[in-house]
Amino acid sequence: MSSPQPILRVEELSAYFGQFEAVKNVTMEAMPHTVTALIGPSGCGKSTFIRCLNRLHEEVEGARAVGRVLLSGMDIYGHGVDPVVIRRKIGMVFQKPNPFPALSIFDNVAAGLRLAGIKRRSLLREVVEKSLRHAALWDEVKDKLDAPGTGRSGGQQQRLCIARALAVEPPVLLMDEPTSALDPISTAKIEELVMELKKEVTIVMVTHNMQQAARISDKTAFFLLGELVEFGDTSTVFTVPKEERTERYITGKFG
Amino acid sequence: MQRNIDIGLGQLSRELLTMAGYVEQAIEAATQGWQKRSMVKIKEVYSVEQKVNQAHLDIDDHSIKLLALHQPMAADLRTIVAIIKINSDLERMADLTVNIANNTEYFLLGEPLFDLKELSIMADETRLMVREVLDAFIRTDQVKAREVLLRDDTVDALKRKIVDGSVERMKTTADSITQGLNLILMAKNLERIGDHATNIAEDVIFMASGKDVRHGNDDKRGK
Repeated sequence: MSSPQPILRVEELSAYFGQFEAVKNVTMEAMPHTVTALIGPSGCGKSTFIRCLNRLHEEVEGARAVGRVLLSGMDIYGHGVDPVVIRRKIGMVFQKPNPFPALSIFDNVAAGLRLAGIKRRSLLREVVEKSLRHAALWDEVKDKLDAPGTGRSGGQQQRLCIARALAVEPPVLLMDEPTSALDPISTAKIEELVMELKKEVTIVMVTHNMQQAARISDKTAFFLLGELVEFGDTSTVFTVPKEERTERYITGKFG
Repeated sequence: MQRNIDIGLGQLSRELLTMAGYVEQAIEAATQGWQKRSMVKIKEVYSVEQKVNQAHLDIDDHSIKLLALHQPMAADLRTIVAIIKINSDLERMADLTVNIANNTEYFLLGEPLFDLKELSIMADETRLMVREVLDAFIRTDQVKAREVLLRDDTVDALKRKIVDGSVERMKTTADSITQGLNLILMAKNLERIGDHATNIAEDVIFMASGKDVRHGNDDKRGK
């Protein structure tokens, strides 16, 4: 029997803003149905790194990435690969909930499908319901699908963004501090959701909340000054980290 | 810069040292109890044990608060877990010292038939183990903790010798059975105190290195 293959493999990835090297030669991988937490002090490169994983980084002027990011073995930086197609396969949820302001809840979730050319109302309806259910939001909004997406609470808006990302059925979902703007109850809901979602998608998440990383991730990667200092099982990293720098960071001795 | 959690950890360590001091005092009082045939010293064991019990409750309470308020990780987490376990070991040591005081009371009922020199050496060894293992804890010194693990062999050997000697004596002199039996129990309880000291040594090694060396697991786990 062959051993399971990583769904996402990053090889010697470096990311630049002009001459500045924000991410330095990082190699790591994520197995299917796992949650990987990226931790590290502000400015350590973790957000830049995650934005390289679906080619968002290069949208910034003067920014570029060097190296390989393999999604199920295919290099997303390969010649002729369309970043838009990649972003459909590797979704992203941001720190601040950002539903499309002019669109209803329904249209927010359906947006990605419509961009992909799906017009049939019954199919859209089906996928919207499924995605909202997956994002644990359906029961709260099923009677308000035509209401504006921005009219919900912060936690609901974030789950709406997750539903929107899930609608196009990406195998990988990236989350950049998805709960840092939320209250503890909404945070707990998103965390429960992440645990549920990993049955279907692989999740890579940036978080500043060490307890959150410890609670919900399988693997933890610690970044410092653009370098991947330590990558290992979350249970090991938070009890017996291998690197002194990781130890010092997670016990609050710097950062 | 001192972190908030350092204040709590420092306070807990001091409480643990005080508690260990009581345990040493209890062992010393029990020793003098049989050496000087002193009921005053035996009673001291019982009163010191009350202090240990109070410290046991306080340290658990303060540890739980520290866990809840600071949600420690890595070395901090290992330190608090070690403190909670050491706290239990010290409390058990005090209980065992009370057992020894009880045994001593029975032992002292008649004229002395046994030489207690080896028991006294054993008590001194055990008391030193308590002191050194707490020293290792305060210094996060796993080398010193390993030395304590080795010391336990001396205590075990002394106990074996005392038990064998007592059994031989009891075989020949029926009148010596009450004293002999209590002497064996005193040695047995001291040996158990030594075992708790080795538990603490193992906790100190885990705290310092993340290695779990219990049950012969040395070098098999951790980094």
